[in-house]
Amino acid sequence: MSINQGDAYLRIDHVSKSFGTFEALTNVTLEIYAGEFVCFLGPSGCGKTTLLRAIAGLDIQTSGRIFQGGRDISALPPSQRDFGIVFQSYALFPNLSVADNVAYGLVSTRRPKAEVEGRVRELLTLVGLGGQEQKFPSQLSGGQQQRVALARALAMSPGLLLLDEPLSALDARVRQHLRSELKELQRKLKVTTIMVTHDQEEALAIADRIVVMNHGVIEQVGTPLDIYRHPGSAFVADFVGHMNFLPVERVAADRVRFGSFEFTAPVNGNQDATATLCVRPEDIQIRNVIPGQDNSLKATIDHMEFLGSFCRAELVVNGGRHLKADFSINAMRDLSLEPGQEILIALPADRLRLFRGDAHV
Amino acid sequence: MSDATLAPAVALTGKVDPAGGQPPRIRPRASGEDWVMRGAIALLAAYFVVTLVLPLYTLLIKSAEDKDGNFIGLANFARYFADPALTQSIVNTVTVSLIGTVITIFLAFLYAYALTRTCMALRGLLRAVALVPLLAPSLLPGLALIYLFGNQGIFKGLLMGHDIYGPIGIIIGEVFFAFPHALIILVTALSVADQRLYEAADSLRASPFRIFMTVTLPGCRYGLISAGMVVFTLIFTDFGVPKVIGGSYNVLATDVYRQVIGQFNFQMGAVVGLLLLFPAVISFTVDRIVQRKQVALLSARAVPFQPQPRPVIDRTFLIISSVIAALLLLILGMAFVGSIITFWPYNLAPTLKWYDFTRLGTDGWGPYFNSLRMAAMVAIIGTAIVFTGAYLTEKSRGAKGLRASLHLLAMVPLAVPGIVLGLAYIFFFNASGNPLGFIYNTMVILVVNTICHFYTVCHLTAVTALKQVDAEFEAVSASLKVPLYRTFWRVTVPVCLPAILDISIYLFVNAMTTVSAVIFIYSANSKLMSINAINTEDAGNTASACAMGMVIVATSAVLKGLHSLLVRRMQRRTQAWRRR
Ligand SMILES: Nc1ncnc2c1ncn2[C@@H]1O[C@H](COP(=O)(O)OP(=O)(O)OP(=O)(O)O)[C@@H](O)[C@H]1O
Ligand SMILES: [Mg+2]
Repeated sequence: MSINQGDAYLRIDHVSKSFGTFEALTNVTLEIYAGEFVCFLGPSGCGKTTLLRAIAGLDIQTSGRIFQGGRDISALPPSQRDFGIVFQSYALFPNLSVADNVAYGLVSTRRPKAEVEGRVRELLTLVGLGGQEQKFPSQLSGGQQQRVALARALAMSPGLLLLDEPLSALDARVRQHLRSELKELQRKLKVTTIMVTHDQEEALAIADRIVVMNHGVIEQVGTPLDIYRHPGSAFVADFVGHMNFLPVERVAADRVRFGSFEFTAPVNGNQDATATLCVRPEDIQIRNVIPGQDNSLKATIDHMEFLGSFCRAELVVNGGRHLKADFSINAMRDLSLEPGQEILIALPADRLRLFRGDAHV
Repeated sequence: MSDATLAPAVALTGKVDPAGGQPPRIRPRASGEDWVMRGAIALLAAYFVVTLVLPLYTLLIKSAEDKDGNFIGLANFARYFADPALTQSIVNTVTVSLIGTVITIFLAFLYAYALTRTCMALRGLLRAVALVPLLAPSLLPGLALIYLFGNQGIFKGLLMGHDIYGPIGIIIGEVFFAFPHALIILVTALSVADQRLYEAADSLRASPFRIFMTVTLPGCRYGLISAGMVVFTLIFTDFGVPKVIGGSYNVLATDVYRQVIGQFNFQMGAVVGLLLLFPAVISFTVDRIVQRKQVALLSARAVPFQPQPRPVIDRTFLIISSVIAALLLLILGMAFVGSIITFWPYNLAPTLKWYDFTRLGTDGWGPYFNSLRMAAMVAIIGTAIVFTGAYLTEKSRGAKGLRASLHLLAMVPLAVPGIVLGLAYIFFFNASGNPLGFIYNTMVILVVNTICHFYTVCHLTAVTALKQVDAEFEAVSASLKVPLYRTFWRVTVPVCLPAILDISIYLFVNAMTTVSAVIFIYSANSKLMSINAINTEDAGNTASACAMGMVIVATSAVLKGLHSLLVRRMQRRTQAWRRR
């Protein structure tokens, strides 16, 4: 018997998890490589936490196997697995000082005191909390608590770092700052990391690869750019970034019709008679569109929303269909765009995606 | 390498289904620690079986046996209900329980309203005074009433010829005894009001009376039902008050005692004991349902109610609650006065001779030290069992069914009146052939019985505290390879220390004051102070009985004071990490 395990550090093999009759995970198969930063992304209740807890052994899957570093850990209790974990609540021990929290696992390994202290100092410096050793968790800000939890999870040098929405309890600015720090730290330590999040922006910014989940199944696995540029399903297209959906009819292998317009569209697997055409607001071209150019169409600006560095316009095409389009401030000024104006836009063929007809409207 | 690593997995998960249908289930492997915890849970379950389930079962069996131990079905019950002298007790018990409940709830509601919804002065003091009856054994109000309204009573005239020995005395004594229990529930119920409802009602210009009827009352209806049930059960099953002041007015609790201790009619005692159980079980069930609803009410996002000063109302309620507090203090004070007066009412010179227990009989202060020893053991051992048990049911992995049934078992003692539990203990532990029979006639059986008697409230306190502890502590320590017992000891216990102290003081005070359960199972060398007080009163020495009651009150009060000091010191020491 020979099963190719490749170089995967963590292999999740047909894992399903039911709570009573409800199936929270269905046949999840996934490989994660050593040193990777992977994000589980999906809407609330899609099973991200369930999958993370199965990997940790906290809620063991109903069926399917999990291998870590070539070892079958499917049925092992958490204490016999190799991971560090940070929870959304941080779960810091409130009656222990920051130093004691971080040293918690080290102490029971019976290492010499001086070594433990040195390691704690090193870890706290690593997460930028040097000098705060004697404080209690309740005396720290949310962001600082999060760092303590991270230091504690890293203390035993685990092979796998599991993070369940570690940033979601923080306000937006702290969150952005911490997320880049987290990424930097992970790159430095090269520890294989899985982070659960339902914030697509966070996942895009931080992950080496993103696992998009929905209703207990994996919708797509890929690099952030991959997921963003080539969403594998209408769900992913909608969930990650912004997306316009247009119902179209197929007229040829690579041509579709939308009302009175015909477009060249990619051949990405879908050959149904009716389909859904997707295009991102920022991919809609407005400058230098020549009348008669391929994939061009007339649109009326309904209204515009100023969003700082760019402008999001609501366009009406084909007598009623709405499209969102992002224009740079420059384009807006150069073309002196205004609501009510009729303009010519183009949908570049290489930026279009086609999905099943009933996928989304 | 893949072959080697896959082999154990296959062995572990069983062979693959040849039909290719259901994939093989993963059977989680328990760690050594999990097994230790499961073992502890099983041990706890066994403990419950021995100290609760089997005794109650024996009681049930006993009620269906004749004197020679032959099974006779419901014949004992038939005999009971055929005897109007016995069934009269049911009517009596229901009567005093109903009237007592109505009065208690009425007074406690006024008092709780004053404490939570008005800005009256002295709220802290009045709250403390209202809880004083908890420190006294239930025979104490009975004794005080003898001095107040008895044949030589100061206020005998107020009764207009009625006798205090009987329903009137029982009702007054029970109101005193049950008042703080009702108050605690009603204060909780009234504290969770939603400010926004009142603001809405105000903005609709509803009259204060309409606001009260449409917002306040419905808001605490579950609290009222719950308090009513608890008080009814307390009065229905109380033994101390009717024993002292009941006279010839028989109630069920005193009937059990008479049947068993007076006439050695164990079978009839068991029948009455079961009757005593019925209303308790019903009210217990209603209370559980109500509590479940109450929780839903609590978890709603409410803005906490802040009372606004309303001078007239505040002053009115200050008067009302001061009068109630004064009456409570009057009863306690009368018992105290009774214990320090030479010969009521003829010689009012103060004396300490009634406290000279050594002169009174052979026991002397022995029962007091027995009580102290028993209360200390109950507090220490009981707290350890209750907290560990609650921890195991709340936080261990796997063994779901066992944990759920343990939780259920922990709820049962609340529905079992002390007198029934005591009776069950005689039947079970005194039965010939019981290998545990050796604890009969020792202090151990009193300790075991008392822990069981007061288990439920302690268990719920512990569970509530544990639920507030972050649910992931165990997961974190597993990931750090730290054994659970270490996290239990280093984190869970310190974090829950306030609740642990609450449990132990609750157990101590109740063990000090309890009469009903232990009256059946004490022995000559484990006689308790509260029981000695009953016997002394039986022998006609009311003054010394009062003195014994006062010694119990004083001891409970001192311990309670120490407890508050300890809690305050601990709060100061731990305020660095404890969020308020
Ligand atoms: N112990 C449980 N018992 C029953 N159902 C559960 C249990 N835990 C999770 N579920 C269900 O499983 C599904 C997935 O839950 P999970 O916590 O994994 O979601 P999630 O993706 O982490 O969502 P969120 O972003 O809200 O944290 C949900 O529908 C949830 O209701
Ligand atoms: Mg989650």
